[in-house]
Formats: sequence, C-alpha cells, structure tokens
Amino acid sequence: MSELEHYTLTINGEDRHVSDAWIGESLLYVLRERLGLPGSKGACEQGECGSCTVYVDNAAVCSCLIMAATAVGTQIATVEGLNQDGSLTDVQQAFVSEGAVQCGFCTPGLVMAVHHLLDHNETPNEQEIKEALSGNICRCTGYGRIFAAVDSVISIRKSTAS
Amino acid sequence: MPVFIPSSLTDATRLLSNNPSAHLVTGGTDLMVEVNFNHRHPETVISLRKIPEFQHWNIDNKSGVVHIGSSVPYATMEHGELAQALPALAEAARTVGSPQIRAAGSLGGNLGTCSPAGDSLPVLSALNAIVHLHSETTSRSVPFAEFMVGPKRNSRLPNEIISGVTIPLTNGWQGYAKVGVRNAMVISVASVCLAIHDGNVRVALGSVGPTIIRGSESEAWINSVGLENVTPSVAQEFGERVRAESRPIDDHRSTAEYRRHAVGVLATRLLLRGVQR
Ligand SMILES: Cc1cc2nc3c(=O)[nH]c(=O)nc-3n(C[C@H](O)[C@H](O)[C@H](O)COP(=O)(O)OP(=O)(O)OC[C@H]3O[C@@H](n4cnc5c(N)ncnc54)[C@H](O)[C@@H]3O)c2cc1C
Ligand code: FES
Ligand code: FES
Repeated sequence: MSELEHYTLTINGEDRHVSDAWIGESLLYVLRERLGLPGSKGACEQGECGSCTVYVDNAAVCSCLIMAATAVGTQIATVEGLNQDGSLTDVQQAFVSEGAVQCGFCTPGLVMAVHHLLDHNETPNEQEIKEALSGNICRCTGYGRIFAAVDSVISIRKSTAS
Repeated sequence: MPVFIPSSLTDATRLLSNNPSAHLVTGGTDLMVEVNFNHRHPETVISLRKIPEFQHWNIDNKSGVVHIGSSVPYATMEHGELAQALPALAEAARTVGSPQIRAAGSLGGNLGTCSPAGDSLPVLSALNAIVHLHSETTSRSVPFAEFMVGPKRNSRLPNEIISGVTIPLTNGWQGYAKVGVRNAMVISVASVCLAIHDGNVRVALGSVGPTIIRGSESEAWINSVGLENVTPSVAQEFGERVRAESRPIDDHRSTAEYRRHAVGVLATRLLLRGVQR
C-alpha cells in the first residue's frame, strides 16, 4: 500500500479536508465515501453513464474519472450545491412535474447536465439538447419525459423573463 | 508527497526524472478507467493540468501552423476559431465519448495512450502534425508518423512529457469520418481523415491497423488522376485502394472484413465531400 494522502478540496464553495486517502481514489469515491456527499451516483465508473456528473472549474465532467487528489485548487460543484437551502431548482422541479424520474439513479447526473446546458445556451434546439445529454444514460424513462422536462424549463424561464 | 501538480514544464520534467515510476495524468479519462478497475495502482502521480503552456493554443497564420497544448480539452477544439482552422480536428473531437469526456480528455492523453482507435490520431497523421516532447535536459519534435510505433506504443521516452502539437494549416478541404456501433459514446471501428493541400490529397486511417496508416499508395494514385477528374467511380476506386492499404484485425468491436469495408466507404465519401466544395 502506498503512502496515504491528506488534502483539501473546495466543494460547493466550502473547504473540505480529506485525510488518509489512497491517491488512486476517484473524486466520486471521495465525495460519497469520505465526505458524506452521496448525491453523485456511481454506476459504471468508466465514464459511460454520466450519473456521477459534477462541475470542476465550471466544466461538467465525470467525477469517477477524476483522481480526487489532483483536484486540489479547483472549484468543485456537486448536485448537493445546486440549491443549498434544500428547495428544488427549476430543473429538479420540472423533472418531478414531468415524470422524468423513475428509479432516480440517473437523475442527479442529468440535473447537473441540464443546468450546465441551460447556463450556456438559453434556447437549445432539439439536436443540441440531445447532444448535451448524450453522456447521461437512463435505463428507465426512454428519455421522452426527460426531454419534456428540459422543454418545460426552457418555456417557464422564457415566460418569466419576458 | 505522491501527488504532484506542477505549474511549469520545467517543474514537471524535473519531477518526472526524480520520480521515474510516476504516472502522468491530464484529463484522467483513460488512466482512471484503469485505476478504477484495478488494472493500475499508481503510487506517484504527476498531474499536468495546471501547466499554462499545456493549456494554451494559438493559430499562427503567418507561419501557417496551429499550436495546441497537450492539456487543451476536446471541447475547445469543437467550436470557434480552432474548429475553423482545423475542421477535421473539430469533427474528430466532436465524436469523442460524450460532452463530459470531451470536457476532460486531451490530445496529450490521446497521444499518451496511442490507441489505433484514438480519434485525434488520424487527423494528426493526415495533417503532418509534429509532437513536442521534453525531458529535464532535452527537447525534441517528432513527426506523428515517427511518434506512433504500434498499438498503444509510442516513441516517447519514459522521462519525456508531451507538451503539445504543431499542426500545419492546409489550404484545401479537410474532414474526418468514423464508424462505430452507435452515435454517442463510441470507440471507432474504422475512421478516416482526408485533407487536401496544394491540390494534393492526404488520407490517414484509424482502427484498421496496429498504428494509424497513411494511405500513401492511394494518395499517389488519386494525385496522379487529379482532383479535377474525380467522379463517383474514381472515388469508388480510391475507396478500394484505401481498403487494400488497411490492415485490420478481428476483435471484440468488429471483424477485420467489416473494418476493411467501412474504411473504403468512408474514404470514398470523404473524397466526394472534398471535391464537391
Ligand atoms: C467513456 C469514454 C469514452 C471515450 N471515447 C473516446 C472516443 O470516442 N475516442 C477517443 O479517441 N478516445 C475516447 N476515450 C478515451 C480518452 O477519453 C481519450 O484517449 C483522451 O484523449 C485521453 O485524454 P486524457 O487527458 O483524459 O488522458 P489521461 O487519462 O490523463 O492520460 C492517458 C495516458 O496518456 C498519458 N499522458 C497524458 N498526458 C500526457 C502528456 N502530456 N505527456 C505524456 N503522456 C501523457 C498518461 O500517463 C496516460 O497513460 C474515451 C474514454 C472514456 C472513458
Ligand atoms: S459512474 Fe461515472 S460515468 Fe458512470
Ligand atoms: S430513472 Fe432510472 S435510470 Fe433514469
């Protein structure tokens, strides 16, 4: 066994200390198993399902593919940080209202991907939505309800903006 | 300390010579899959993501070249100025994995892994890219053709780090096409990059041999025919010739026979796209 690591990560704006960690641990593992942040889900641990999506320095990435100890000095945002007062964001609310959640395992990753898309593109077309969510796999819904949720956020944001 | 995050090339190469068994990591999209599945157990890691010159890219129209640092993510190549300068690289970048993979994955990692299925590699081959390598005491620049020497094998020495690539601009059409089992998140079964410069065609093939294959005989043939004489049947013959230059194998992703077929179809298609412009 190699030397154990001690380091500090900045997660949802807060400094979180990690001690006695093995350097090969993924950010996903550290979030869930060491820091009590189980919102990011792990299904494949090989970058294919997107259920572990977090933002690192504003880029949406798979936390299972980031070596946690190398993320020192970055700004990490997880699904827990979307709305720290515990209320639902408009995207989360739309997932509930549109029935886009069945088993819910893919939901945190999809919610992160949808927020990321809409933060960068207020009016994505169908193709852009599909591309933006192509890294998130859902085994239950068949995606129809998920796209309906995205469309509903877009139109609600549009109507409240005007 | 077993994890290093150097902020300059000098520090990084020094760290690597002092820790010869260290694993280099940029985006982690190849390395972490191996770590998660216990195929690798790194004890020392040098993360290259904080080195400013590795994150940098620029288009030098005067010298007719583009420099791309080894840590620049695919996402940066997909749109904007880089995509305009190097459309084939943008097309290849857009086919990599998913948005999450493209936000992290890099050319340094694609070159480091050097899989025959690496999507940037046929582009680097067809565009005659130069790979820059540095150790603590040396710097050298090697043409891509001399860099990749086998499946997952390259001529990087253990004490060297890839800082980036220099890609000459072309003055004609360029494009990339790939066949996989579905659209998103797919490793290629066969891929082709075709580029036209000074009226001459260059073609490089991915996933159909131990390295990226330059279709030199097909290039010589089509250039003797002349681009102005390309008809659908000429393009068809070009595809047949490309197919004959491929050396695919059967594996879990596809059969050699299908790969040979696919690479020919892609070459025909790209040539027609290239001349229709
Ligand atoms: C779900 C998924 C889908 C994928 N789809 C594709 C795809 O469609 N097409 C494709 O081509 N690839 C694909 N990949 C593979 C991978 O994303 C690419 O190869 C990517 O370019 C790797 O870049 P990275 O920075 O993440 O590499 P890392 O994992 O950081 O490094 C990869 C290797 O290169 C070495 N290395 C990294 N940087 C340097 C450097 N500067 N100098 C020397 N050595 C270095 C590392 O030591 C390591 O051995 C996929 C991966 C996943 C997980
Ligand atoms: S657990 Fe990270 S992508 Fe599947
Ligand atoms: S709701 Fe079950 S995987 Fe998406």
